[in-house]
Amino acid sequence: MKPIETKQEYSDYVDKKSPDSPILKNCFNAFWVGGLICTIGQLILEFCKYKGFDSQASSTIVSITLIGISAFLTSLNIFNKIGKFAGAGSLVPITGFANSIVSPAIEYKSEGYVMGVGGKMFTVAGPVLVFGISASVIVGIIASFII
Amino acid sequence: MEFFQNIDWMLVLRCFIVGGFICVIGQILIDKTKLTPAKILVVFVTTGVILGGLGLYKYLIDFAGSGATVPLTGFGANLAKGAIEEVQKSGLLGAFVGGVKSASGGIAAAIFFGYIASLIAKPKIKKQ
Repeated sequence: MKPIETKQEYSDYVDKKSPDSPILKNCFNAFWVGGLICTIGQLILEFCKYKGFDSQASSTIVSITLIGISAFLTSLNIFNKIGKFAGAGSLVPITGFANSIVSPAIEYKSEGYVMGVGGKMFTVAGPVLVFGISASVIVGIIASFII
Repeated sequence: MEFFQNIDWMLVLRCFIVGGFICVIGQILIDKTKLTPAKILVVFVTTGVILGGLGLYKYLIDFAGSGATVPLTGFGANLAKGAIEEVQKSGLLGAFVGGVKSASGGIAAAIFFGYIASLIAKPKIKKQ
């Protein structure tokens, strides 16, 4: 076999070797699982409003509840199975963000609580927070000029 | 049940469809590009901040409720919304305070539950 020299060749090689992912089936699963998670969120939201919370508090409660459920399912190793089945359907909702924190926290326990749990917790969530918060600060600065 | 009678089921349906559709965008990014899940989440949160900053995302929230707020784009839009609202209240300081303030519940919950889970759960042995 001739050695792979360029990035393009490597990319072609990977494409040839990696199995064709059945994109329609993946999208269908992502659609209904993602939609279902959002629907559960909506029902919790309606329940909070019914109980008299304002909309900001209600949506915070929805986030916390979904994150709690996701953390619970992650620690039982159920969430990873849902994730394998649903792909982006469980990754894109806030459950995926929670899973990305909880999963390494459990996985790196053996490296100790400070650097293992505390440090590795943010391998995926860290970038999300860095870019999300930085972008929001930029938005705020721009807004302070406009307002 | 009075609670179920008060639910706007059309809104729930729109929530399901919009939420599902946002996830499909993520799935297409997974299947058609070589972006890692971490990068996809960054793309979604940043897109949410931009759309929220432009004031466009709130129309999607009005239309689809949790279908727009539960995906990570909603988390981003919430950051932007918090920053803008706080700027209106306390000026430039609000740009630094507002975003995290509005997302604080979710961030703290994820960290806290993550820590608790690490105390309770045993790491699984990877079968590969």
